[in-house]
Amino acid sequence: MTKTFSRRLGRGLAVVAAALWLAFPAHADVGQIKVATGQVFVDRKGQSLPGRVGLMLEADDVLRTGADGSVGITMRDNSLLSAGPNSIVSLERFEFDATTGDGRFDASLRRGTLAVTSGRIAKKSPQAMTVRTPSAVLGVRGTEFVVAVDD
Amino acid sequence: MTRLARWLAIMVAVLLAGCAGPKETIVLLPSPTGQDTAVTVTQGTRQVVLAQPYAGARLSRSNAEAFPSNAQEVQVRYGSALAAQPLPPARFTLFFVEGKDEFTDESKLIVDGVFAEIAKRPIPDVIVIGHTDSVGSDAANDLLSRQRAEVVRTAFAARGLAADKVVTVGRGKRELAVPTGDGVAEPRNRRVEILVR
Repeated sequence: MTKTFSRRLGRGLAVVAAALWLAFPAHADVGQIKVATGQVFVDRKGQSLPGRVGLMLEADDVLRTGADGSVGITMRDNSLLSAGPNSIVSLERFEFDATTGDGRFDASLRRGTLAVTSGRIAKKSPQAMTVRTPSAVLGVRGTEFVVAVDD
Repeated sequence: MTRLARWLAIMVAVLLAGCAGPKETIVLLPSPTGQDTAVTVTQGTRQVVLAQPYAGARLSRSNAEAFPSNAQEVQVRYGSALAAQPLPPARFTLFFVEGKDEFTDESKLIVDGVFAEIAKRPIPDVIVIGHTDSVGSDAANDLLSRQRAEVVRTAFAARGLAADKVVTVGRGKRELAVPTGDGVAEPRNRRVEILVR
């Protein structure tokens, strides 16, 4: 009796675990550097990492480019962000459910130039993606735009 | 004393210039797919909506104004940023035999296209999304859709694509390519989408 119960419980838990796994595939990474030229750095938890092609990105990462630098990233929801020289871009918040397409993406351009092609998050819900500048909030209803912040 | 006054005047001018804050510019680009596109620019209580290709907004702390830009201006100002955009994801679809995790013979040709796209990219990553038709329970279809995605991962690994470059997702019968009622065997829904990024 107890054995049957525990076996049933075990099976139940396995189903729940499988369901959770389907709903939230394990990803700490939010995107990846696909293009990098010149000086590119990623500031993460007080450290500055070289921004090489292939580096996986995390929420809260800050990308910086030097006078000769540029960087292009692909996010998990297929958003594409790329920055020109002397730029600072912060990935403030990224949440994405690959099964439903629901999520939240907030990035900011503190300095420099940024080109944005929005992905599944903005497609699913136009309120779910914003790009901030020092003085404004850009709501992304569409696909491609560019932003510049001069010093 | 006059020298001090001049110094003060310069300092005030510098501070005032600093207070003007950064100038910001936003330009909406043409949509590559031709679909409707817009960016709303909100600064405090002011809002500018950019809804036409090359519609621009210029912001300073005290002002937000719309202006028309053009391809040439965008290239000059944003050329380096645009040149660094990663290639957009390339999409492929493989179809499966009913109730099984084998792909159809025609789909084997599509795999060649996938590998050609992978070869184009310096750091490719691949997302494989399995789907089913609406025959069977959610649980069975979630499992089958995952199995289909895994079969593709295995087939790709056999052709030399490292398994850690592939993320598999199973969406079961939630996203039918061809809308049907429940319990309908529709070959076009038994598919795996492949995104090469």
